[in-house]
Amino acid sequence: MAAHMEPQVCQIWMGAQTGILKGIDLKKNAASNFTDLTTLEKDKEITSICWSGADERQVLLGLRNGTVRTFDPKKLVYDEDFVECDREGGLFKGLASLDDERLITCQESGMVRVWQKGKPEHITEIKAGANLSRMRQNPHKRQCIATGGKENDLKVWDLERPDDPIFKAKNVRNSFLDLRVPVWVNDMQFLANSSKVVTCTGHCQVRLYDPSSTQRRPVLDIPFDEYPIISMALVPGDNSVLVGNTQGRMAEIDLRKGQVGRIYKGFAGSIRDMQCHPTLPLVASCGLDRFLRVHDIQDGSIRSKIYLKSKLNCLLFSTRDFTQDEDMLEASKKGKKKTAGEEGDEESEAIWKKMKTITEGNQKSEKKRRKTKEMGEAQRKDGLAGKKKMRSSRAWET
Amino acid sequence: MSAKMEEQNAEMEPQMPQRTLAHIKNKQRRQELFRKMQIDKRKEKLKEKKKKQREDEKAGDKAPPKKVPKTIENMRVFDETMVNPEDEEVTYDEATDEMAPYFNRETLPKVLITTSDKAAWTTRRLCKELSSCIPNSEVHHRRHLPLKRIIKSAQEKDFTDLIVINNDRGKANGMVISHFPDGPTCHYKMSNVKLRQDIKRCGKPTEHQPELILNNFNTRLGHSIGRQIAALFPHDPNFVGRRVVTFHNQRDFVFFRHHRYVFKDNKKVGLQELGPRFTLKLRSLQKGTFDSKFGEYEWVHKRHEMDSSRRKFHL
Repeated sequence: MAAHMEPQVCQIWMGAQTGILKGIDLKKNAASNFTDLTTLEKDKEITSICWSGADERQVLLGLRNGTVRTFDPKKLVYDEDFVECDREGGLFKGLASLDDERLITCQESGMVRVWQKGKPEHITEIKAGANLSRMRQNPHKRQCIATGGKENDLKVWDLERPDDPIFKAKNVRNSFLDLRVPVWVNDMQFLANSSKVVTCTGHCQVRLYDPSSTQRRPVLDIPFDEYPIISMALVPGDNSVLVGNTQGRMAEIDLRKGQVGRIYKGFAGSIRDMQCHPTLPLVASCGLDRFLRVHDIQDGSIRSKIYLKSKLNCLLFSTRDFTQDEDMLEASKKGKKKTAGEEGDEESEAIWKKMKTITEGNQKSEKKRRKTKEMGEAQRKDGLAGKKKMRSSRAWET
Repeated sequence: MSAKMEEQNAEMEPQMPQRTLAHIKNKQRRQELFRKMQIDKRKEKLKEKKKKQREDEKAGDKAPPKKVPKTIENMRVFDETMVNPEDEEVTYDEATDEMAPYFNRETLPKVLITTSDKAAWTTRRLCKELSSCIPNSEVHHRRHLPLKRIIKSAQEKDFTDLIVINNDRGKANGMVISHFPDGPTCHYKMSNVKLRQDIKRCGKPTEHQPELILNNFNTRLGHSIGRQIAALFPHDPNFVGRRVVTFHNQRDFVFFRHHRYVFKDNKKVGLQELGPRFTLKLRSLQKGTFDSKFGEYEWVHKRHEMDSSRRKFHL
């Protein structure tokens, strides 16, 4: 346990395949483990991660064995386990918190359940169909969730009406050979200022659905690369999304133009998860190549790259302190620069003050003096070459 | 004043350009002089060398240490994924990976070797020779079967690994090694293949279980690769057979060699090559069994992105 870390310095929390919870301090570019390495088990692999409540008081970790652990990022200790689901349901494919007391879990088998803290039984249950690959919550309407998976097209649910989805996507039209197009939704995101949902598929497409319209088919379909897209992040501003695929290619997809934008570089392996910072122009991504990479969205440059020793499954970007700290840091830097500039000004002013004012009478003599001075300087500067120059010039004079 | 001037004039006098050999127009003479110059140069060099040797001998222990030549390996770009054997996390990661049952001696390796469709004679020959290097391995014809079906049936027949040698224009040019049941799958580029018949004084291998040497697989990726290769060979080599199979990594190229050694006396060791020999270069490491389209890749070699420095190595 890295208990020596100061509280609340980690901006990114990551779950590894070895079951280790990792915290990353971006300012120091340092990572630390928050799981005891002697208690590791294959069963305790962290498959999904989320914040508890709106104020980021706790980190919830979904483990392979069906338990949800809670971690306090301030005290850096594990609290009591939240729930224990059955193991038959498969891996957690999504975690989300409704409020401080209630938690939504989603398992591979299609069971979406809502749990109340302290109660062993779930309150609500939704059967969203088999082979789910992701469940996401609408961050602005917390009881609204979206699910999707292999041969299980996008569905948007309201947890208060668990029987029927409020939106059910329809598969695209048959191909030109009149064959059915296979469905494989891998990840989805709710756009912030509208009811639209973006999905990415295992067949290399990014699709935009609009539940508010009558059309159940995607309103936009953008192909990207040749390998399954498995992760997606929403860029603040709603105009584009970032997608990552199994070969480690990450790109920005412009939803207004319907085009692939910037390609981000530096990846070696599959990108399992990524997330954008809500206010800063940063995106963090992790995956099977055991690296955390933080890119700048504005210019595509890599801000930091940290080797974390284990394959990484999921990550969580903190929203708050980092921003303020960054601002403070920048402010302090600016302040420093300012003081430096002022000092420079003072010096130059002193020089100006020392200078004599030139009148007509002493102008000539001043010129001569300056010339000899210059020559001397040249000699000093050029060394031998300068001497030779002098000599030759004298020879030429005679 | 005049003396000074003369001095200056002497300094100012333009120097004649040195006459070089190229200025001599007579070819015979030029060649003769050139030969002479070469010999002189060599003699000079030898003299210097001997002088230095003598000085070093005289100085004994105080002699300045010999300079280590700069190579791109020892000037390698720092790699943070270099494995520290005492690292708990990496040790745990390796202890729970897909090859762990082999290292815990729970499974015995059984290898299936096959080729791509319509393999050339040389490729089939290579399979046979590779099969003689790897104990408990079988060569099968591909019979135009898809790899995924082969993997399924191979798993039913208790094979633990699959090696597919790809054939292009009559030459072996690629190799896929896949571990069962959960992967990983490696894809290599293969080059410089030499069969036994092409190797001078090549011996015949015996039936003994060979020793295995894995050199320079030091990064985290190198470790995964090395572990997968190790899982092809059984534990407990027969040292009586004096057979060695080597996978030597140098600048990301993995050299495969097969030898028999003999102790000639207390100091000298003789090596006889048993063949075949070839070179591998890693293209990708994929999680799970072979699925090049929908599989997840742990590492993919991206040529223009990754090969920016000649001193950066991945294995």
